[in-house]
Amino acid sequence: MKEIILIKLGELVLKGLNRRVFEDTLIKNISRRLKPLGKFDIRSRQSAVTVTPLEDDVDFDEAVERVSHIFGIATYTRAGVTEKDMEQMKAVTAEYLRRKLLAAKTFKVEAKRSDKKFPLNSPAICAEMGGYLLKRFPNLTVDVHHPDVTVYVEVRDFGVYIHSSPERGAGGIPVGTGGKAAVLISGGIDSPVAAWQIARRGLELTAVHFASPPYTSDRAEQKVVDLLSQVSSYAGRMKMFTVQFAHVQEEIRDKCPEELFTLLMRRFMMRVAQRIAVQEDCLALITGESLGQVASQTLQAICCTDACVSMPVFRPLIGSDKVDIIDTARKIDTFDISIEPYEDCCTVFTPKHPCTRPHVDTLENAEKLLDVESLVDECVRTVSVRTIYPR
Amino acid sequence: MQQIYYLDNSSTTKPCEEAVNAVVDAMTERFGNPSSLHALGFEAERALTNAREQIAAELSAKPEEITFTSGGTESNNLAVFGAAHARHKRGHRIVTTAIEHPSVLLPMRQLENEGFEVIYLQPDKTGHITPEQLFEAVNSDTILVSLMAVNNEVGSILPIDDARAAIDSAKAPALLHVDAVQAFGKLNLRPGRRGIDLMTVSSHKIHGPKGVGALFMRKGVHILPRTFGGGQEKDIRPGTEGMPAICGFGAACAALPDADKERKKIAELNTYLRTELAKMPEVAINSAEDALPYVLNISAGQVKAQTMLNFLSEHHVYVSSGSACAKGAKSYVLTSLGLSPMRINSALRISFSRYNTKEDCDAFLSVLKEGLATLQKA
Repeated sequence: MKEIILIKLGELVLKGLNRRVFEDTLIKNISRRLKPLGKFDIRSRQSAVTVTPLEDDVDFDEAVERVSHIFGIATYTRAGVTEKDMEQMKAVTAEYLRRKLLAAKTFKVEAKRSDKKFPLNSPAICAEMGGYLLKRFPNLTVDVHHPDVTVYVEVRDFGVYIHSSPERGAGGIPVGTGGKAAVLISGGIDSPVAAWQIARRGLELTAVHFASPPYTSDRAEQKVVDLLSQVSSYAGRMKMFTVQFAHVQEEIRDKCPEELFTLLMRRFMMRVAQRIAVQEDCLALITGESLGQVASQTLQAICCTDACVSMPVFRPLIGSDKVDIIDTARKIDTFDISIEPYEDCCTVFTPKHPCTRPHVDTLENAEKLLDVESLVDECVRTVSVRTIYPR
Repeated sequence: MQQIYYLDNSSTTKPCEEAVNAVVDAMTERFGNPSSLHALGFEAERALTNAREQIAAELSAKPEEITFTSGGTESNNLAVFGAAHARHKRGHRIVTTAIEHPSVLLPMRQLENEGFEVIYLQPDKTGHITPEQLFEAVNSDTILVSLMAVNNEVGSILPIDDARAAIDSAKAPALLHVDAVQAFGKLNLRPGRRGIDLMTVSSHKIHGPKGVGALFMRKGVHILPRTFGGGQEKDIRPGTEGMPAICGFGAACAALPDADKERKKIAELNTYLRTELAKMPEVAINSAEDALPYVLNISAGQVKAQTMLNFLSEHHVYVSSGSACAKGAKSYVLTSLGLSPMRINSALRISFSRYNTKEDCDAFLSVLKEGLATLQKA
């Protein structure tokens, strides 16, 4: 029996004249993610997208798993395909949903008939199918209000789809419909979540990571690669820039007041990231900051870090509690990677008593002790780049 | 070198070249401890990650769902005890079958001593367990259902999906454990998507080295460890990772051909053997028609299995009587199928791998005929 993935679009249906662009991008994103698994026919028809495998030996489960990560999808479900013939529809339903129907005690049938040429109308399909399933599965009774299983029968122009309980998709808007932004990624819990949230709003990502060997190890960098590759299973492939940052940190440590260390470092990060972002046609920076979480994330500190860049800085987690961020990190499978115990560039040289209410003037005065421009230049010159592919 | 006809692949398989190379590499070049922080350690950790991904890929699982163990027996022990002890407050019934491997059955006996109620489902004559049996046995007090994907002696395929349905239907707080040692690489097993919580696989049945196996634990499933130590394998199975065997296991997984395609080829060999054996009136076939084609259990005439086995062995044809672990003891699996004592005593198991050809079948058939002709006279 043939099986397809039936996808219902999210907010996309609200987008008046742009809808075509959004749909095309979504279909492109789906085909890119499924291509390594084999040949699929992916098309939009009658307000849904159908994904039909064209080869027998494709890993369909993996295809479904991948679809569940693609933004722009409200719900998706695997569906059995059958001819427009009531007897066949019954047989396919009993076989296709066997396990679910065996495990259930109550069920109902919902029919949708968009092909009005089909001889039975929706209530008649429900009655036929319901009666058959009741006989076939003695464990079942009908409950139209709170059934354990709902059997959907969709009679469309080009075939009949049988399925039960659509799953919630990843939501949001297709990646690539909204331009590009650069995310500052450390290896902690927050920045991958921030990246995921922004990608969900349709932006393509470029990642900027700051490495400080020998203070940080290859493992710390590998951890970031792993994190990004998990994020990229949602956000699509992306470039990752690794900035050699130890020299900047040593300069700050040697020449500036200790309590300003983290803030001065953050300002350098923003400057370097902005330079890379401009080169890569990104229009915004993304950070994982959350108000008040640490000394460099107080309102005053954020004002100071923003003051040194001209691009908009998106902080999608700014109002989120840590537990909420952790929940999302678990949901998108970045949490377990984030908690691997390797030093990252933000945890080396941290001051004992960091300044929590800095003023821009103080920081600018401290920066006079450094050659800011040439340090930033050096960072941009020595940056290395690689491409991150979905896990 | 003398040509051998190896038809005992359910006991163990010949390691593939990829596995051998990976073992050698792990013992000569990348010998670091994956937990060491230096570069050699990092390289070993990468090799470990790589092997984990190779096994996960074969199971369509996530790498973090794979825990390495010393083999099938340890994985089964860990799964059965680990699940029962983690859930003992939520119920005390365990459902399994009478034809499980001893590494499941003996832990079950132990759990009975600890006060658990263990239900052993009895198979029919061809080694099948029915969905009805499962639905009847699994109740809301059930905390573990453990059944093998494929029986090691007769190759019958057990109804895993129905076990899941039975658990869901009874709303039982049960984990579903599947011993997939004989099915791994031969059936497309996607435990995560079939509602399997724990699944045992072993390396040496798929042309990997001995001494290594894995336990699949679905994300979010919690069991208690049997071993305590330095935190490796997320504390579920600590101990410095057995890197050579693990790398060999990973390489053997990566070298596996597509299970569905390969099974069709093996089915041809199986059908050929069945057709030829059907022409021999003194041979009875104990495996069901719908058994996994990799295993074919037969009873040959009035000759004790051991005697026939020795005869075949002298002619370099290697099969087994029952399972290799039993070392010739009377098979409890065949006994529970209700076969006559003579059929049990004369039972031989032929088991295939991707390295077998029609030539092996022919060698077996001709030596078997010769054996029946000479040994039955005596």
